[in-house]
Amino acid sequence: MKYVDEFRQPEKAEALFKAIDNLAAPLSDKLARAVHIMEFCGGHTHAIFRFGLEQRLSKSVELIHGPGCPVCVLPMGRVDDCVALAERPEVIFTTFGDAMRVPGSQKSLLQAKADGADIRMVYSPLDALNLAKKNPDREVIFFALGFETTMPSTALTVLQAAEGNISNFSLFCNHITTVPILESLLDSPTFNIDGFVVPGHVSMVVGEKPFATIAERYKKPMVITGFEPLDILQSLHMLLVQLQSGKPCLENQYARVVQKAGNIPGLMAMQKVFELREKFDWRGLGEIDKSGVKITEEYAAFDAERKFAVPNLKVDDPHECQCGEVLKGEIKPWQCKVFGAPCTPQNPLGALMVSSEGACAAYYSFGNTKELLDKRQEARPTK
Amino acid sequence: MKDLIEEYLVGQFAGKSFAPLEDQARIDLSEIIKHDNMQGGKLAFTTDSYVIFPLFFPGGDIGRLAVAGTVNDLSVGGAKPLYLSCSLIIEEGFALDDLRKIVASMHETAREAGVAIVTGDTKVVEKGAADKLFINTAGIGLIPFGVEISAGAAKVGDYIIINGTIGDHGASIVASRQDLALETSMQSDCRPLNHLIQSMLVASSEIHCLRDATRGGVATVLNEFAEASRVGIRLYENALPIQDETRGICEILGLDPLYLANEGKIVAVVAAESAGAILDAMKQQGFDQAAIIGEVIAAESPQVTMKTIFGGEKMIDLLTGDQLPRIC
Repeated sequence: MKYVDEFRQPEKAEALFKAIDNLAAPLSDKLARAVHIMEFCGGHTHAIFRFGLEQRLSKSVELIHGPGCPVCVLPMGRVDDCVALAERPEVIFTTFGDAMRVPGSQKSLLQAKADGADIRMVYSPLDALNLAKKNPDREVIFFALGFETTMPSTALTVLQAAEGNISNFSLFCNHITTVPILESLLDSPTFNIDGFVVPGHVSMVVGEKPFATIAERYKKPMVITGFEPLDILQSLHMLLVQLQSGKPCLENQYARVVQKAGNIPGLMAMQKVFELREKFDWRGLGEIDKSGVKITEEYAAFDAERKFAVPNLKVDDPHECQCGEVLKGEIKPWQCKVFGAPCTPQNPLGALMVSSEGACAAYYSFGNTKELLDKRQEARPTK
Repeated sequence: MKDLIEEYLVGQFAGKSFAPLEDQARIDLSEIIKHDNMQGGKLAFTTDSYVIFPLFFPGGDIGRLAVAGTVNDLSVGGAKPLYLSCSLIIEEGFALDDLRKIVASMHETAREAGVAIVTGDTKVVEKGAADKLFINTAGIGLIPFGVEISAGAAKVGDYIIINGTIGDHGASIVASRQDLALETSMQSDCRPLNHLIQSMLVASSEIHCLRDATRGGVATVLNEFAEASRVGIRLYENALPIQDETRGICEILGLDPLYLANEGKIVAVVAAESAGAILDAMKQQGFDQAAIIGEVIAAESPQVTMKTIFGGEKMIDLLTGDQLPRIC
């Protein structure tokens, strides 16, 4: 397939695996541990597992799968709010598909749908707006979710709704931002990551500057990265070159998509429609300052939280979950007390087991069987 | 109601010689006994209900699906399918023109497969009580003496064979749903496979497991085989036949072709030394893209894995519910 297979050539991957190994081995010797590289985009986590890249990497490099899956880090209380909104008789609740199975404290949207709520899967917020136009006697709510990647399309939809005076459309806004979460990880004293695979699609929106600033402030190598296997391998190589040279900075591996200044019309739309929240709650990590956005006063008419009574209750994560430690790379998923039993993709207790992009679900579903089975068994009796 | 049956069903189907408009089809036992190798053979009996949206899709419709599906369910047990029943549940207000087209398509597919639809029923339900049209078909077939195909019969060293490209039906259905506005030339692979399977059985008696990879796709069938046979199955990503259009649709929506539904694909586990002869037989039947996609291996616990194009190995687990599109 054109424009895809070019980035999946096994021979080129082979050469990169070797080059990565050559660079990582001496670095790892110096550190007396593996080089820790974190990706914090669910798309990268998914690709790493889908193509089985991790097990082909040298033991000198360890990938830590950070908090990059917006579905996973959604707190249970917000899912409860979704269900409450969706169960209002006048409401058509619209959502992206992968939010359907996220468990709330009582039920998921999928269960609410089975119980009779009018919940519809859409592929774009504009589909939700069209539903609102077609159903003027119903209230259509769009479950806005995701990092900066999905914000421009939500913002533009609100602007279009305002322009067309579509008064029966609103957003339940749960957009979150990458930089504050990254800073909060980097500020944590136990955090020892040597370099970052930076989300390509987020960067496509926000541009290079936010990450360049972090790379400089925290002296950490960062590479904006595409989502094909060769993109990821090349980016790992670039990070190791930076580590070797001792000159950390931000580089852009995904230059075929990401422009330095980002998506300016998208950013302008976001600025009109969204403003930072004081703080936002992350599943597995708790409240983080200025890490989410809400709808500005000007577009308040399209804010489902203002329009309807939302329970807005905080539901604590199950106390036995160790999602936070996994997200920070302090433990591996299978070292968690509940990994595999009772926490499974069928019955997720913790955030990271929720979506296939979550680190635990990825290990559980795709992880190299033998190694993982052994490690699961090793980990279990000692806990 | 009687008019509907007479006009649209009895007129179309080969029901006349089987006691038309009695409450049951009557099949002469001599009709059954005359088939070869029936001494010690078995009767195969199956049923399935078809509820698909949209009713008409590129490469087929619910009628073709309902006949081919049941024919295939019989055939993968090694049975020669003979007789089908057909039951329609119709939502009030459903266009008679569409019904006529669907019934004609059932008739045509039955002719293609060489089976007779011998009995049927229609029910019209209130608007909202059904989604346009549901079809149930049941089928009877004969398994000749000596044919023993079972999900539990896979042996270490066997090869896994598929008769063509993976996920065509699922991809064409996804693409034809209007809410996506995707333009593709994808066609469903919906077709009866009894002739193909009969020719495979002629080519070799070493077909151990055989299933049509419908809902849940190839991955689900292989997991069923692994579980029932207590073995491991290893696929090779670079051996999987997948159309570019299917790959494209899956890339856009974050779906995996291995879990997409097929309506004209069978997965066979065969003795390694018979694989060549079976592949040849499949190709002679026009299935040019038939391929060996994996092998049965020893494993401590039943599992399906795939060697990726980069040499990594990943689990191909059972799905939790339906595949859902990913957001970014």
